[in-house]
Amino acid sequence: MTIAPTDPVAKQADTNGSGSASGGSTATPAAEPASATGAASATRTMTMAQALNRALADSLEADPSVVVFGEDVGVLGGVFRITDGLTARFGEQRCFDTPLAEAGIVGTAVGMAMNGMRPVVEMQFDAFAFPAFEQIVDHVAKMGNRTRGAVRLPMVIRIPYAGGIGGVEHHSDSSEAYYVHTPGLTVVSPATPQDAYGLLRAAIAFPDPVVFLEPKKLYWSTGEVDLDAPIPALGRARIARTGTDATLIAYGPSVPVALAAAEAAELEGRSLQVIDLRSLVPFDDETVCDAVRSTGRAVVIAEAPGFASMASEIAARVSERCFHHLLAPVRRVTGFDTPFAPPKLEKFYLPGVDRILDAVDDLQWEES
Amino acid sequence: MHASELLPRDTPVRLIDQTGESHEDEEYAFPSLERLREGYRHLVLGRRINDQANALVRQGRLAVYPSSHGQEAAEVAAAMVLAEGDWLFPTYRDTVAVITRGVDPFEAFVLLRGDWHSGFDPRAHNVAPQSTPLATQLLHAVGFAHAARMRGEDTVVVALCGDGATSEGDFHEALNFAAVFHLPVVFLVQNNGYAISVPLSRQTAAPSIAHKAIGYGMRGVRVDGNDLAALLAVLGHAVETARADGGPALVEAVTYRIQSHTNADDATRYRTDAEVAPWLERDPLTRLRGWLGANGSMSDGDDAEFQAQAERVAADLRAAINDEAEPHPEDLFAYVYSTPTPQLVEQAEQLAAERRADQEAAR
Repeated sequence: MTIAPTDPVAKQADTNGSGSASGGSTATPAAEPASATGAASATRTMTMAQALNRALADSLEADPSVVVFGEDVGVLGGVFRITDGLTARFGEQRCFDTPLAEAGIVGTAVGMAMNGMRPVVEMQFDAFAFPAFEQIVDHVAKMGNRTRGAVRLPMVIRIPYAGGIGGVEHHSDSSEAYYVHTPGLTVVSPATPQDAYGLLRAAIAFPDPVVFLEPKKLYWSTGEVDLDAPIPALGRARIARTGTDATLIAYGPSVPVALAAAEAAELEGRSLQVIDLRSLVPFDDETVCDAVRSTGRAVVIAEAPGFASMASEIAARVSERCFHHLLAPVRRVTGFDTPFAPPKLEKFYLPGVDRILDAVDDLQWEES
Repeated sequence: MHASELLPRDTPVRLIDQTGESHEDEEYAFPSLERLREGYRHLVLGRRINDQANALVRQGRLAVYPSSHGQEAAEVAAAMVLAEGDWLFPTYRDTVAVITRGVDPFEAFVLLRGDWHSGFDPRAHNVAPQSTPLATQLLHAVGFAHAARMRGEDTVVVALCGDGATSEGDFHEALNFAAVFHLPVVFLVQNNGYAISVPLSRQTAAPSIAHKAIGYGMRGVRVDGNDLAALLAVLGHAVETARADGGPALVEAVTYRIQSHTNADDATRYRTDAEVAPWLERDPLTRLRGWLGANGSMSDGDDAEFQAQAERVAADLRAAINDEAEPHPEDLFAYVYSTPTPQLVEQAEQLAAERRADQEAAR
């Protein structure tokens, strides 16, 4: 996997990656599906952006009830080009621009989903999704429950999120805590092109609403994608790297950082396992807890401010469920409890390899 | 269409005035006698439902009731102008419209009884769940109509809200989306003068709510909200225009909230009896009853039969609300997702264990 060279974390990851001789201990991002279908499948190298675009196109092709809309998603193809070419290929009826109004986009998607469609809407940036927050919390999340399952909302809200691209204010928020705290939402975030493709296909086919968080710094990362791999089930974590000494738990933009940290730790003789959650809700307690019990140590990594966060929830769950297997307290490595940093201070804010390794060093090794 | 055609008239459209006199209108045809008799029957039932619900709150059987007393004509017309395949998107104050559309009265009151957040299957009568967050349902109505139009269906959607909701951002976004995409949606604003305690003058400085329509490029119409004949004519025209691909419309029904916002409110803190009194003279039932009687279209015996029918519905509602079994705690977990998450399965088991322990302790 290569990552956009503008990303300071990515540079670190590349450096560590090229300097590593870890070989078989590192699973490739596409390892899980590829190993399931064998070498003869339609595997190709693509960026995460291309994988998402392909997932949208394949979903539009497969199901006439799928529609894609949002701001600038039509002729322009989206500010990140995720919807590139979809209007040309499928027509204005299937992929179209709306007025510039996020509550309107999500609210009309609710009505469409009530009436037999599968809308896939794009919020242009994480912080620009907040005008739609009332619709998401009051209706998207609650309609199925309110109607005792009579009206389900098969819709996907795609949100480019998190930092790492030097975005100015409002362009780098990690907003997952708001969504995972809201019962009724399913919340997914891919870390690899393979999962970007598979999880978006799964989200669009899902019977309930999905908040699909796209780590924008990984849009230009590349990886192998097997288009014929089975569509993954939502709610299952992935072991991104095997290891025996401690477990790093990450999702979305933090997964490559965790993998880089594991590479670096290997040079120091420590074998770190990396879990890629993929799905924040439903949460895969089973995979996470099995992993932590196998190593006895855990560090949770996330970009969002740590206070009352997804990382806090993971740490609490692991502590409650794995207490008697733990050799050290569960550590969190997160963003600071500040608004997201301006571009020139971003590198100080984002959890990086050093901060992760410091936390790993702190896991009471001398006592075991 | 010339811009001036989007503007409402200087006075609301009125076909029967409060003295019971009827008036010809060059644009709107007078509804048939049969339709007005049917409408009157629904008005009587609507008034009875409002009275019954208020009584049930006083008896502690309903948590709260936002009454539409005095607004029954707009409630009834909103439901009556819909064809079978059309859809209604109501608010919490629109229980009478929901029942007029055919939803079972008990199911309509499940929300306010506190058993569940909505008590009817929306697809059974093409009625969306009653929405509490103001103006949010207008966007659902627009999206619903958009989906229908994509498939080439001739569905029309009537979306309800009040004057307070016109200040919300979602009102603006809904009207704008509907106009930009030329969708078959009729927005009916019941301007009853108040958002809880705040009068219309604090919601807008526009000449009227209907005047806002021109800003979206759709037609705005003001109608006497206590005149069922005018409401049927204006809303019927808007619905059939929308069905014929003529685009959306904004209809402002000028009416008055005779009672408090809900039983928990006290309207005497913010308005005088002198303000309310003239609106009592404009009561929609009295007006239509007088007109139907004067035209020989309804005898006292007919009226008594309508009242008796309404009484039977109210009695059934009372009985159902008093007798219905208590809701099931396990339902808390059953519908959050199509398939409960592992976490919800765990929590459902936890609650079940707690209840078993409580039952054993009680033995």
